[in-house]
Amino acid sequence: MAHSTDLDIVNVTKRFGAHAAVDDVSFSVAPGEFFSILGPSGCGKTTLMRMIAGFEHPTSGDIRIRGKSMIGVPANKRPVNMVFQSLALFPMMSVGENVAYGLTCRGVSRAEAEERAHRMLERVGLKGFGERRVTALSGGQRQRVAIARCLVLEPTLVLLDEPLGALDLKLREHMKIELKQLQGTFNTTFVYITHDQSEALVMSDRIAVMNQGKFEQVGSPRELYHNPATPFVASFVGETNRWQGEAASASNGAISVRLPSGAVVQGQGRAGQGALAFVRPEAVALAQDSGALGNLPNRFEGRVSAVLFDGAASSLLIDTVGFEQPVRAVLPQVGPLAGIEVGAPVHVGWTADAMKVFAA
Amino acid sequence: MTMRPAQRLALFLLLAPAILWLGLLIVLPHVEILILSFSERVAPRVYAFGVGNYLEFFTEPLYWRTFARTAFMSILVTALTLVLAFPIALYIARVAQGRLKAMLLLLCLLPFWVSELVRTLGWMMLLRETGVISYALRSVGLANQPVELLYNDGAVILGLVYGGLLFMIVPLANALESLEPAVVEAGYDLGGSRWTVLRRIVIPHAMPGIVAGCIIVFMLTVGNFATPVLLGGKNGLWFTEQIYAQFITRFNWPQGAAFGMLLLLLSSAIVWLGLRLTGQSLGTTLKQA
Ligand SMILES: Nc1ncnc2c1ncn2[C@@H]1O[C@H](COP(=O)(O)OP(=O)(O)OP(=O)(O)O)[C@@H](O)[C@H]1O
Ligand SMILES: [Mg+2]
Repeated sequence: MAHSTDLDIVNVTKRFGAHAAVDDVSFSVAPGEFFSILGPSGCGKTTLMRMIAGFEHPTSGDIRIRGKSMIGVPANKRPVNMVFQSLALFPMMSVGENVAYGLTCRGVSRAEAEERAHRMLERVGLKGFGERRVTALSGGQRQRVAIARCLVLEPTLVLLDEPLGALDLKLREHMKIELKQLQGTFNTTFVYITHDQSEALVMSDRIAVMNQGKFEQVGSPRELYHNPATPFVASFVGETNRWQGEAASASNGAISVRLPSGAVVQGQGRAGQGALAFVRPEAVALAQDSGALGNLPNRFEGRVSAVLFDGAASSLLIDTVGFEQPVRAVLPQVGPLAGIEVGAPVHVGWTADAMKVFAA
Repeated sequence: MTMRPAQRLALFLLLAPAILWLGLLIVLPHVEILILSFSERVAPRVYAFGVGNYLEFFTEPLYWRTFARTAFMSILVTALTLVLAFPIALYIARVAQGRLKAMLLLLCLLPFWVSELVRTLGWMMLLRETGVISYALRSVGLANQPVELLYNDGAVILGLVYGGLLFMIVPLANALESLEPAVVEAGYDLGGSRWTVLRRIVIPHAMPGIVAGCIIVFMLTVGNFATPVLLGGKNGLWFTEQIYAQFITRFNWPQGAAFGMLLLLLSSAIVWLGLRLTGQSLGTTLKQA
């Protein structure tokens, strides 16, 4: 029977002593989905994943794979395979033996296991590497062996615990795309852990943002980015400007926030007494004269305090009247403001929709 | 790479004590023994070069039988020690944490604070006819007369395994400690049973430690003297006893020297064989020891 979900986590809690590393987490992953769990260091990601793999046991709750409860099923009997953060390749075996290991554990004959391992290595672009020692591989090649070793078993679910953490930046960018493509061609369900929001945003179909053992929000990368449900998600996913103030007036979802300096900004959301306001840098419009921003409810005057050039991810810091911290905006690379320098006066503005307000 | 003379001199000075030590204590006596072993007594106080001492070994069944028995028993003791030490080392290296780990290692070390002789005498007190175990068996009614547990092969093996245990546990625990926990978990995760993980991941990883421990224990056992003599009595029949007898009782130093060389040859041959069979090199093995 085909099941509509590959993985169901139901109210899972894991305590170490009094500390709840994973606190009442529930989610489901659909077949073929690339699901990421994104959170800061120590928030319980690895603990959650180790419970799915079978190396830790939940204090309470249920873990189901294709509808079957995994409670009490040992790690070596679960249809789940894991790519470890350290990769954990078997150094005492050749590349081919690493990939064939899982098959021989299942009782596949040696010759057939070798043959299938060989074909799998070919599919991940490691044709002819079967005889190599794993120590004689580059970082990216080791990565592919670790994934091939799982995929050859055709598991229901592949778990990946920050597998790109040890790679240098260039290779990491490359492997992100490669992983996504691999997942697509094999059509296997991936659950991917990371603390790097760009990894999660680029690769995932859906992302769960985790903080202190709890899920803050689950959604598509765009949902998380454009409609964060909590201040934590707003500040953790993507670059953002963040201001603290108090709610001045609210009606119908529109809200104005008074900053400590007395300046008032208009946004969308809900707040109690204290309010946190978030605006993405790319939502901040820039102009040389204030007339060009005439229709925006939030308009301020400032002066460029720093140009942070980083290619397509370049930004400007603008000291703005009424704001304690400089406003961050995307550096315009074409048009009249393209060559803007430190010290230049500039007008900034943004729509009320672009500013998310949360209770502080 | 070329060295300046000053550097070369410094290096020589640094190495000098080691070279002297090796030369004086190991090479020199062995050269002496080698020469001695090839001298035959042709008349009182007259010696000539010959292989008679070695021929004597092959023609006298007692000698080569004792030799073969020593080799066989030592291999058996080494194997038993390995089987016993492996789970202990596995526990110390992978399960025990912090103070428990230190305590366990200390516990293994403790018997070595007393001399080998005293340790062996301790075993005698336990095992002899009027000893603790015999008494205990009688008092619980499992035996109705004193039981002699000494002076048999079992007692010799027991004493030798006991003496070798520590030297097996330390290199084993060392080797097992360096095994990354995630590698073991990956072994299970990919479907391996306990046995598969042990056989294909843990043991291959620990191989240098296993070989190192086996070499040390084998050498110690082959060359042991007090344990087989005291616990085996007349039945001990250890080759070191023959060497002792030639040197001390019979005063036939050339014959004793020949036996000594044969024993050296035996341990070297078996160590070499062990290394070949397990595919280990002496270098990686020494690193573990
Ligand atoms: N075996 C354990 N015993 C006690 N506490 C533990 C244990 N394992 C994890 N913890 C605690 O649980 C919390 C979550 O740990 P976890 O390893 O899941 O974090 P993580 O999100 O994977 O972090 P990172 O991104 O740094 O890998 C941490 O506070 C950690 O100290
Ligand atoms: Mg982790």
